[in-house]
Amino acid sequence: MLFRIKANKALDRAEDPREVLDYSYERQVEMLAKVRRGVADVATSRKRLELQVGQLQASADKLTGQAQQALTIGREDLAREALTRKQAALAQLADLRAQRDGLAGEEAKLTLAAQRLQAKVEAFRTRKETIKATYTAAEAQTRIGEAVSGISEEMSDVGLAMQRAEDKTAQMQSRAAAIDELLASGALDDATAPGGARDDIQAALDTQRGAAGIDAELATMKGQLAAAPDRAAIDAEPAAKAIAAPGAGQETKS
Amino acid sequence: MIIRILGAGQYDVADAHLDELNALDERLNTAVQADDGAAFGQELRGLLAAVRRLGTALPDDALTASDLVIPDEDADLAQVRALLRDDGLIPG
Repeated sequence: MLFRIKANKALDRAEDPREVLDYSYERQVEMLAKVRRGVADVATSRKRLELQVGQLQASADKLTGQAQQALTIGREDLAREALTRKQAALAQLADLRAQRDGLAGEEAKLTLAAQRLQAKVEAFRTRKETIKATYTAAEAQTRIGEAVSGISEEMSDVGLAMQRAEDKTAQMQSRAAAIDELLASGALDDATAPGGARDDIQAALDTQRGAAGIDAELATMKGQLAAAPDRAAIDAEPAAKAIAAPGAGQETKS
Repeated sequence: MIIRILGAGQYDVADAHLDELNALDERLNTAVQADDGAAFGQELRGLLAAVRRLGTALPDDALTASDLVIPDEDADLAQVRALLRDDGLIPG
C-alpha cells in the first residue's frame, strides 16, 4: 500500500505521467547494476572464507602429522600438545564453515533476487513502450501506476536483501582479516595461544631429530681443529697482510 | 490476494484460504506478544510454508503490487515487530 501511494505521488507531480516511466526505468537499471555488484561482493567474501577453511584444514592436518611423529619418538607430551591445538583449530574450522555456508545462502538469495528484478525490469521496459505508443497522457495514468507500484515494491525488497547481504559481508570481512593475520603469523599452528608466532612443537621435534646429527658434526669439527692447530694460525697471518698489500696476500694463498 | 515473502518473491493465494492463514497468523502474533523467540521462529516457518503450499508463485516478470508482505525465515522478532500491525501480519 505504501509503495502504491508513493508511486502515485510521483505520478501527480509529473507534467506528463509518461515521463515517470522513463525516470522509473532509469532507477531500475541502476538498481539492477547495484544488485549484480552486490552478488559479486558476496561471492568474493565467500571465496575468501573458502580459502581460509582450506588453510585451517591444512593446519589441523599438520598438527595430526606432528602428533604421530612425536609418538614415534616416544614424546607423548608433545603428541598431546599437538592434538590439543588441533582440536582448537577444528573448533575454529567448524565456526568458519558455518559462516561460509551462511554467506553462500545470502549469495544464492541475492542471485535469485537479481534474476527476479531483471525479469521485472525487462517486463517494465516492454510495458513502458506499449503505454507510450498506445495511450494518451490522460489514459496512461492508471496503467503507469500499476506498473510502477509493482516494480517499486520489488526494488524495495531487493534493497532490503542487499542491505542484509552487505551487513553480513562486512561482519565477515573484519573476521576474515583477523584470521588472515593469525594465519600469516603462524599462530594457528599454536591454536591454543593465538598471537604466539612460532611453532614450538615442530621446533621440539626438529631439535630431537637433529640432535644426533649435530653431535656427530660437532665431533668431526672438534677432531679437525685438534689435528691442525697450527694451520689456523698460518691462515690468519696472510689475511692480516692482505689488508696492507693485497698482492702479497694472494701470493701466499696460492 | 497477492502475498510477498521478503526476498523470495510473490504468491497468489486464493481468498478461500484466508481463514487458515489467519489462524496461523494468530499463533504467530501470540508468540510475538509473549516475546518468545523460539515459538516465533516456529510459527513464522509454519505461516511461510502455508503460503508456499496454498499459493501459486507469480512469474518473475509479473508487475503486481502485493496486498501483504511477510518476512522470510531469517527474520528475527525485532525486525518483525516493526512490520506488524495490531491485527497481525494478515489483516482481517
